[in-house]
Amino acid sequence: MSRRRHSDGDDGGQSHKRRRTSEPIEIEDRLESLICRVGEKSTSSLESNLEGLAGVLEADLPNYKNKILRILCAVARLLPEKLTVYTTLVGLLNARNYNFGGEFVEAMIRQLKETLKANLYTEALYLVRFLSDLVNCHVIAAPSMVAMFENFVSVTQEEDVPQVRSDWFVYVVLSSLPWVGKELYEKKDVEMDRLLNQIDGYLKRRLKTHVPMLQVWTAEKPHPQEEYLDCLWAQIQKLKKDRWQERHILRPYIAFDSVLCEALQHNLPPFTPPAHTPDCQYPVPRVVFRVFDYTDAPEGPVMPGSHSVERFVIEENLHNIIKSHWKERKTCAAQLLSYPGKNKIPLNYHIVEVIFGELFQLPCPPHIDVMYTTLLIELCKLQPGSLPQVLAQATEMMYMRLDTMNTTCIDRLLNWFSHHLSNFQFRWSWDDWADCLAMDADKPKPKFVKEVLEKCMRLSYHQRIVDIVPPTFSALIPAEPIFFYKYQDEANSALPGYAVAITVGNAIKNRASNEEILTVLKDVPNPNQEDDDDEGEGFNPLKIEVFLQTLLHLAAKSFSHSFSALAKFHEILKALTDCDEGKLHILRVVYEVWRNHPQMISVLVDKLIRTQIVDCAAVANWLFSPNMAHEFTRFYVWEILHSTIRKMNKHVQKIQKELEEAKEKLEKQQHKKQKDSGDEEDMERNSEDEDGQLEEQIERLQEKVESAQSEQKNLFLVIFQRFIMMLTEHLVRCETGSVDFNTPWYKNCIERLQQIFLMHHVTIQQYVGTLENLLFTAELDHHILAVYQQFCALQL
Amino acid sequence: MSIKLNALFSDSYVDVSQYRDQHFKGNRYEQEKLLKQSNTLYVGNLSFYTTEEQVYELFSKSGDVKRIIIGLDKVKKTACGFCFVEYYTRADAENAMRFVNGTRLDDRIIRTDWDAGFKEGRQYGRGKSGGQVRDEYRQDYDPARGGYGKVVARPQSIRTTT
Repeated sequence: MSRRRHSDGDDGGQSHKRRRTSEPIEIEDRLESLICRVGEKSTSSLESNLEGLAGVLEADLPNYKNKILRILCAVARLLPEKLTVYTTLVGLLNARNYNFGGEFVEAMIRQLKETLKANLYTEALYLVRFLSDLVNCHVIAAPSMVAMFENFVSVTQEEDVPQVRSDWFVYVVLSSLPWVGKELYEKKDVEMDRLLNQIDGYLKRRLKTHVPMLQVWTAEKPHPQEEYLDCLWAQIQKLKKDRWQERHILRPYIAFDSVLCEALQHNLPPFTPPAHTPDCQYPVPRVVFRVFDYTDAPEGPVMPGSHSVERFVIEENLHNIIKSHWKERKTCAAQLLSYPGKNKIPLNYHIVEVIFGELFQLPCPPHIDVMYTTLLIELCKLQPGSLPQVLAQATEMMYMRLDTMNTTCIDRLLNWFSHHLSNFQFRWSWDDWADCLAMDADKPKPKFVKEVLEKCMRLSYHQRIVDIVPPTFSALIPAEPIFFYKYQDEANSALPGYAVAITVGNAIKNRASNEEILTVLKDVPNPNQEDDDDEGEGFNPLKIEVFLQTLLHLAAKSFSHSFSALAKFHEILKALTDCDEGKLHILRVVYEVWRNHPQMISVLVDKLIRTQIVDCAAVANWLFSPNMAHEFTRFYVWEILHSTIRKMNKHVQKIQKELEEAKEKLEKQQHKKQKDSGDEEDMERNSEDEDGQLEEQIERLQEKVESAQSEQKNLFLVIFQRFIMMLTEHLVRCETGSVDFNTPWYKNCIERLQQIFLMHHVTIQQYVGTLENLLFTAELDHHILAVYQQFCALQL
Repeated sequence: MSIKLNALFSDSYVDVSQYRDQHFKGNRYEQEKLLKQSNTLYVGNLSFYTTEEQVYELFSKSGDVKRIIIGLDKVKKTACGFCFVEYYTRADAENAMRFVNGTRLDDRIIRTDWDAGFKEGRQYGRGKSGGQVRDEYRQDYDPARGGYGKVVARPQSIRTTT
């Protein structure tokens, strides 16, 4: 970390001041660095490094005890992949200084309480696991650890609490057992058996409503997609059967056993899990992603089975490495590939499986999608002889199983695959996928290939795509992204509005003013209107068509041209689309002209929303309208809808933030007034004015927030209503016709409904009451209601 | 609980580089301040044929793009191999620095860097011939960037150029 000595930044360009007596800070930095780096590649052995570091820290305890405590607590919380390195270090320190060991345990308990209070459940988990491994290092007495676990498991007896709460406490206990199970069983087998029986009973009675919504594949073959607690339980049971023999975890403390067993142990203070409050946000449940088993890695070391505890530990560690280093892809790739013990496992397979597991995680991946693409590219660079093959193998396997893959995951897969290909000259053995050519276009495989090619085209150009696929694939090649102008040539002169279109086009080219153009447009007859009803100020679809087709035609050259056009004629567009029908029609026209260029439709709709020519609900209504039914299963439609929902969400958040800031400002001001308590009348008046202004602003913002929230709620209601209508219609039609309802269209549609819930579950939580009362009532078809119930189960 | 372990969790892809715009109106301190809070990225090593659409598609992967300004040859007013990408939020721009910088667009490794903010006039190349400076002096043949560098294409200029 660079230390800024010449800090002209802070002084506003003035002469720098040298820092005097910076030694204590430098020593603290050094301590931090030493502790953080222990365990990394070194010329000396890990054991001698730990020994050395323990000596250094022991010597520094008199002066830097608190700093060392804080650093060790932090690495326990933030570097779980190096758990056993740090527990060994603490063990060595405890052996040399009993009091320090006690203080460390106390600090850890304090930290555990804080992380739980702050809803930082993952970090709390790492802390508990750290404490449990301290039993192995003779820092904590086994009986007191068992007592803590007993308190955790007793949460399963609580009533009227969300299932995700007791889930977490059970998960914490089970996921610590690979590290400490053996030791705890040796000391307290009766209590541990009782514990495990309680857990067994809990797991048998807990609800699994959420599982179908979180599975990447709906099929059980070749690999069942297990609920995460079920999988871990099976792994722990197998471990118990193997008498807790666990050989994968690196345990440096074994080498120091003679020193550590001399140390005095501490008892954990009794720890009561904090009570449940409505503010608590427990982690959502997960499904374990599996794409490989031992048959897929034919040469080299064998892949541990899905119910082996080794599999669990390896995956935990790989996930943790990604969590620590996701911002730095080169470091992340290097750390993954230098996983300790990599020679005993098919590491590349584990890495690829873990990465895709995260990318496909439902509801959302832990990190931004594009990170995984770039990470895989870095891994390919570091292991060019082996990793690309594993990646290709995984891609092939996922292609084969598209029929049962969740639609949201297919979206992410095709985004990843097209972006990945664009970094490797689009080289792929397309012929291997020739089977999709014989299928109906709406089946998952040909659909997937078509959407991939469309995405590839967006990153390149049409001819490139023609060149990269075999001629047999021509039916799946995307259309050329050309503009369709209704009033193109003389042949269309019979169309109503043709003449005006020509005039408007010329007017725009000659830089006529908005008034002039509006005057020209007055001549457009209104097909909807009765004669002499009004002055023609109402909704006139033909006027919109004539103007917008012509404008977009003139601006078709690039995105920038089109954006410029929308900005320049904003006034006219606003005037033409004053009502809901107008807004809907403008979207229809955009689709008509750009139907071969979905990317352009996407960006234009985005601009139309941002410039408030259309609102979000209009976009939702348009996408669900009968005109767009034939596009309903295309990927770009959902890109647009989710982007629209996200814009709405961000808008609400922005105004809420403004309101919060204004309220804080007022509070600060009033606080300051109390402290100053000026007795002059003038001062009183001024501050009253200021207060009054702020209060007015707050009132306005309050109204804005309420109106935005109302718009947001309405948007979701519109979307859900449309889904319900479409799905109900389909189900009824199939029932009356005695036809199987589970068509590719149906699967796509119901999973898109799921996707809305999954991608925006945090926002939708607020509206659960309304949804239940108005839309997702008991009268609804149970297939549709099931989706709603699965969503509710995510935080139940 | 507030220790961040700076030693370990670096975020170097997001750091400001050594480059400073020599035409920037203001002092070093002001430029650095703007760079540290900017939502705009400079993107370099583009092919002359790379379109705004391609840039949009790629850079949208790290967040919503506010606007793209394609760099132009000052004389010919055609694309000359760079552009600016502006995001609505800094966080999205940071993700582009982490995950788009150094990957390929149109088969070329592109490079992104923080920019103090677009101002009219900055969309033009500053090389003598109208394109970017780097295309004035490079010796290699790059078909996607007009072939040879200008100095190679006009051999006399080697002797007369300062």
